[in-house]
Amino acid sequence: MDWKPVALSASPLAQSWYEASARARLAGLLDTDTFEEFIGPEQRMMSPHLPLFALPRAFDDGMIVGRGRLDGRDVLAAAQEGRFMGGAFGEIHGAKLVGLLRAALAVKPAAVLILFDTGGVRLQEANAGETAIAEIMRAITQVRAAGIPVIGLIGGRAGCYGGGGLIAGTCVRLVISEGGRLSVSGPEVIETNKGAEEFDSRDRALVWRTMGGKHRRLLGAADAFADDTIGAFRAAASAAIPAAPAFDLETLEAEQARLAARIARFGDARDATEIWSRLGVNDPDAVPGLTTEGFDALLDSLPEGSHDAR
Amino acid sequence: METLRFRHATTRPLPGTRPSAITGVVASGNLEVLLERNLPPDACHVEIDTAINGYAEVWAAVVADFVARRQPGGLTITINDGGARPDTVSLRLAQGARLMELP
Amino acid sequence: MPDKMPLDTLLASLFPAGHAVTVADGLITGEGPLNDGRLAVIGIDGDTALGIEGACLLAGRVLDVVRAGGSTPILVLVDSDSQRMSRRDELLGLNEYLAHLAKALLLADAQGHPTIGLLYGHSAAGAFIATALATRVLAALPGAHPSVMDLPSVARVTKLPLEILQDMARTTSVFAPGLDNMVQTGAVQATLDPDRPLGPQIAALIADSPAADTRDALGRERGGRPLAHAIAARVVREAQGA
Repeated sequence: MDWKPVALSASPLAQSWYEASARARLAGLLDTDTFEEFIGPEQRMMSPHLPLFALPRAFDDGMIVGRGRLDGRDVLAAAQEGRFMGGAFGEIHGAKLVGLLRAALAVKPAAVLILFDTGGVRLQEANAGETAIAEIMRAITQVRAAGIPVIGLIGGRAGCYGGGGLIAGTCVRLVISEGGRLSVSGPEVIETNKGAEEFDSRDRALVWRTMGGKHRRLLGAADAFADDTIGAFRAAASAAIPAAPAFDLETLEAEQARLAARIARFGDARDATEIWSRLGVNDPDAVPGLTTEGFDALLDSLPEGSHDAR
Repeated sequence: METLRFRHATTRPLPGTRPSAITGVVASGNLEVLLERNLPPDACHVEIDTAINGYAEVWAAVVADFVARRQPGGLTITINDGGARPDTVSLRLAQGARLMELP
Repeated sequence: MPDKMPLDTLLASLFPAGHAVTVADGLITGEGPLNDGRLAVIGIDGDTALGIEGACLLAGRVLDVVRAGGSTPILVLVDSDSQRMSRRDELLGLNEYLAHLAKALLLADAQGHPTIGLLYGHSAAGAFIATALATRVLAALPGAHPSVMDLPSVARVTKLPLEILQDMARTTSVFAPGLDNMVQTGAVQATLDPDRPLGPQIAALIADSPAADTRDALGRERGGRPLAHAIAARVVREAQGA
């Protein structure tokens, strides 16, 4: 499958989400000039650990957090820079998101938006990153329990892997694009540990089919499929804020039923196309080539619609 | 890792009033540049943290060229470098100066 | 390193009067008496990798406890591998299953069922996050050896010689595998005494467990995460500023 980012354009909303930096995504996602960063780069809160590995640091440690407005509503937002250390969670990177979620309990925004772009835990700070991921997941459930939706946006070049995939699964709504990949073990990790016959990471079509945005949306692992533009993510994020389900026993029992039914129904499928076929897709081989319009029309034609079970 | 520091005198301040700007990303072959307007109008300080050792002379030349062309008086410029080529460095410095001049 | 305590020894120390905890396919489920009430038990035994079926089954047991009401605490016993690394698990959405298990534990705790993790063997990566790290209090027994990634794999990814990493691991807790390092980051709050009955030690953990997430504060006190707590607090302050 060919996945082509749209060309860089003068209008921020028409820019490719995949190609844009984390700062450019935030600037275009939120209402113009409303983003205010917490612990901005001039504070130079950089990793104390990377110099031990002779690695360069970033002023924001690859995590940008702050507040802004989305269609006039106050929101808190966090964005990972996937080009710096693969967007991986280190001590400061993770702690900034932990702090943002704790702040949400105090300032009660209309939503918290997380712009994922991560390979998972930063190995040079593995224990701090892993623990931060656990703190983030706990904080997300507390924010959701307070009635504030936590919405994940996935479409960056690093995808959303490892602990990032678990954090995404804790969000109430997920927006994903064709270029977004959502998974725990990445293709290279599976291949390294289990061999190329288990997963050939160079087979890009297999990667997109198994972990990519269209499959995740068809499976119900994501709630909205967006074009690869900042404008499309903005519209989808705004639409996701109202009517997010509560974090309670009813929601998790519905998720339990949804996930158990998935194993019963697709547990023996060998490929995503087999799952799509069982979902009622007439021509599964055509799915990777569908435009967003065509894909949305396909979604509308299928018996399974959206769900509130996350 | 290597840290380099350069201090230049300028003939004029960089136009504009923005207190700070940032451009670029720390990645292989790339760098980030943080510009802050916090010095006297005839001074420009540049500090570079680079992943690649042994290129102090190249950095000195690239920075001197930028200072001569733009006269970025008043600025402290701090760079985190992931191993960028000199042309990329010049581009980012120019982008940064332009951001600081925006109204 | 001390030997890992076998599960049957652990259960006998925890429940001297007997219990109804069983293991099937490496998944631990059941319950036993604790003080005047019950202690629900789930977990992973035998260095088993956690896949979609396992996570779904364990989450179902946790939700059963929540549905039944009351305040039965939940003990999560962990001696696991990492998440199961397979094309099939990822095809079917392993991230959702692992997150669902973590959410079930976090919901249980929030609804009055204190959750306690007890790490008695190995654990790593996604399996660690979905089980032990999703509890309110995580304790460990000597012989436990959590790791995000083993040093040879870290050497491969970082392209640093293994000998250098082994040297660094002796002085830098933030990346090195092992129980002591996870204690220093604040992820593991307490180490239990294997020579004393475990029941009262677990009961004491439940009684003393903090309502808030104090792991980053512990990491600062113990030196394993010098900055995380201050950074999070600073974000909260800036967010509350005008």
